[in-house]
This record gives sequence, C-alpha cells and structure tokens, in this order.
Amino acid sequence: MSTQKTPLSSEHERLGGKMVDFDGWWMPVQFKGLKLEHACVREGVGLFDVSHMGELRVSGEHSLKSLQWLTSNDVSKLKKGQAQYSLLTNFEGGIVDDLIVYCLEPGADYLLCVNASNKDKDLAWVTKNNKGADITDESSFWAQVAIQGPKAMELMKEVLGASVESINSFSFLPLSFKGTECLVARTGYTGEDGVEVFIPSEVAVDFWSTLLKKGEPFDVQPIGLGARDTLRTEMKYSLYGHEIDDSTSPIEAGLGWVVKLEAKEFIGSEKIQSVKDKGPQQKLVGFKMLERGIARQGYRLFSFDNNEVGRVTSGTPSPSLSENIGIAYLPVEYCKIGSEFLVEIRNKKIKAVTVKTPFVQKG
Amino acid sequence: MTTYKIPEENYYTKEHEWAYVDENLVTVGITEFAQDALGEVVYCELPEEGQKVNQGEPFGVVESVKAVSDLLAPVSGTVIEVNAPLQDDPGAINDDPQNEGWLVRIEMDTEKELANLMRAPEYKKTITESQS
Repeated sequence: MSTQKTPLSSEHERLGGKMVDFDGWWMPVQFKGLKLEHACVREGVGLFDVSHMGELRVSGEHSLKSLQWLTSNDVSKLKKGQAQYSLLTNFEGGIVDDLIVYCLEPGADYLLCVNASNKDKDLAWVTKNNKGADITDESSFWAQVAIQGPKAMELMKEVLGASVESINSFSFLPLSFKGTECLVARTGYTGEDGVEVFIPSEVAVDFWSTLLKKGEPFDVQPIGLGARDTLRTEMKYSLYGHEIDDSTSPIEAGLGWVVKLEAKEFIGSEKIQSVKDKGPQQKLVGFKMLERGIARQGYRLFSFDNNEVGRVTSGTPSPSLSENIGIAYLPVEYCKIGSEFLVEIRNKKIKAVTVKTPFVQKG
Repeated sequence: MTTYKIPEENYYTKEHEWAYVDENLVTVGITEFAQDALGEVVYCELPEEGQKVNQGEPFGVVESVKAVSDLLAPVSGTVIEVNAPLQDDPGAINDDPQNEGWLVRIEMDTEKELANLMRAPEYKKTITESQS
C-alpha cells in the first residue's frame, strides 16, 4: 500500500516535521521536540493535523435505526449539534472501532468520525450490518485539525469569531471560515479544552496557516503524533490497537458508560450484558513504575510469586509528571489503587503500582 | 537532506554506533544520524563496569518515547568505564552524542575486529543512501 498524504503533509515537511509512515499515512511524529510540544498543549495551545481520521456519513430515514443497531451508545438522545463518544461493536461483544457520532439532523443525518487505520474495516462492517441507511465515505472530502490547550478557545475566537465560545463540550456548530462552512466540535483527545474542526480538504492549508499566524501571540505550535500519544496516555484515553480491539470487552476496558444496555438492543449487546452480569475478569488500569524502566505495549506483568497476570497496553514516560506511566489489563484483584506488581522489561522484573487515573488531573 | 558530523578519526558500525580507538581503549557512542532518527532519548540502560561484551551483540538499550533500540558493541572486550550520569539524564545523547553523550569505554580484546567496522567516508555513504 502506498503512503497517503493529508492535505497538510507538505506543510509539515516545510515546518521541519519528522515525517513517518503511520498506518499508511505520511504524518509528522514530532516538530520541535516531543516534550516541548506536550507542554505547549498542557500550558498554551497546539495544532494537530488529524486529517487521516475517517468520516462516514450515515443519512436517510433509516439512519437512526441503523446507528442504534451498529453503535453502543444511545443515538436517540442526540439533538442537532450534539456529539457522542461511542463504539462499533461486533457480535462477540468486542470492539470494531471507537468513534464519535455527530448529529447533523436527528433521525436523518449523522457524521461518524472513525480511526484512520480502521476506516476501510468500519465501512465494510457498517455497510454489511446496515439497516437501510445511506452510507457515504466522506474521508477524502474532509481535512481535520484539532486545536487543543488552555488558550485554544482564545485562538479560535480570533480565527472564527466569538460564536465558538457558545459551543458546549461534546457539541458542534457549523461556522464559516472565509466563506467555507466547517464543523467546529468542542471535543479532543488531550484532556485540554479546545476544538476539533472538520474542514473541506481544499481550504485546509489556508486554515492551518491562518491558525499558525493568528496563534503567534499565543506561541502556538504544530504538534506531532508523539505528543498526541503522551497526552492521551496521561488521560488514560483508549487507543484502538492498544487498549481496545476486536476481542476486548467494553466493560473490561472501562467503557461501560458508552454502552447503553437498558436503552436498546444492538450488535453484541447480549454478550456485553453477560460480561456485565458475571462481572469482568480483568480491568484496564493505570500504573506507574516504581523503579527505572519504561513499560511498553505487550510487556508481560507478573505477581510477586511469579505468575503471569497481565499485559501492558500502553506505556510511556509522562512529560507532565516526569514519571514512567502505563496502562494494562490486570485481574480485578490487582485493580485496587496501590496494588503492586512486576513488569518484565528485557528479562528483568521491575516494580510498578496501580494509580488513580487520569494520571494528570485537570481543572 | 540533513548533513551530519562524521568525525574522520572514528570507526562506525552499520547500526550507527561510533568507536574512537586510543590504543586498546575504545570509546563508544551513537552517531548524530542515530540520535536524530531516534528523537528525544528518554532512557538508557548501560552495562556494569567489568562486563564482557561481544562485537555485534547488545550491550545496552536506548529508548526514545516511541522506540526501544539495542546498542551493539563495535568490538569485543571488557567494559572499563560507563557514562553513568546518562542513566539519570540521557539528554547528552541527543545534545552532544559524539562527545558528552559517550556511552561506554571498552578494553578491546583484539585490534583485528576493527577491520569489520567502517571508516568515515564509507559510513557517510551508507547514511546518504538510507536518506535518498
């Protein structure tokens, strides 16, 4: 498969981004440095090119019925201009993808924002299990830029006008950028305030350049995928392929809050109900290392009497905390905060302890 | 294309370690090209003094935020000195990989192994090829 470029790939190269092939996309992993970029989002404002994300339009009179069957959250609760974090589930009660559902017109028109690496899989799955909705892949039409950080809304006011402030968390508004309509959503993947903006691909470069220019007084920086990952890990947000996949249960992953078993029947709901009824065997927990070493995805976890008890799903140095943190599935008896266990790092067993999450407390 | 400093006096491995040879003492580090490719090094694991190492085999690890990379010994011998401060603050590996960021000193078993390493012009050629 050849590497795809976003409408902003050449801008990133021009700005000195270190470019890598990320799941088939030519993306910047860092610009000036991961720690600097991380701090920029925690303390100021940063820009992320997330144009690689997929957008699927689900519309028509059967759109609500289809989405109620396909996704785990209750789509009927969405009013026009509201967004919802949700899951596409499979018949085994596992997770096909995590996504955000945007309600453009209740009962008639919805936009799904899905993971880049899963887009083709999602499109095939949604098409196969559709209940009569019109499904269109709009991924190449839309570019997407996330503006995140405590100063993000000030910058957005400069670029799109005062009305951005009226957008509540998990809501969105169509707004004009130089005459082109874009969708501005008060969502993000960093734990900071900010927006994610869907903008037609042909105006992406202008939008990006305008953000950089008007962001100069705020010392805005472009942010690479490296800091995107450390920022989300500090919040213990799930990343598909790490914390969640086709075989993980939403209940074990701590995503029970987006699974509305009382409200409706959906794909895999019976299986998920039975996990809930029996009680999960393992749960996703956050931990920090007590000794030197970085836990990485796939590393094995051991009890002090040397039984393998789990695996690391994500691990990284936390730039905000200057500690090495991680996320892992552990048996429920190890999930109590303060439980100690061992991480196997290159044949050595290193002590770690479960901690309260998000790792970084905001607000 | 970025140009990297490749000191003439050093030997190089194809895994991007440099080796400075002073009689039978070999100082080892990673090249500027390697640190740039790694990104910010956040952790490094170095051997104990007195440990035996073998040419081409791992003697330690450097980790950036995203990746773990083995450090491979350019020559066989005994580790006689370790740049211990790097284990608490590996910043020098990025800032000055060819001086302050040196990793270990090895007392080499035999000079013959140097023949398996590259000199600067040859190393320069390999990184130029990998960039194009």
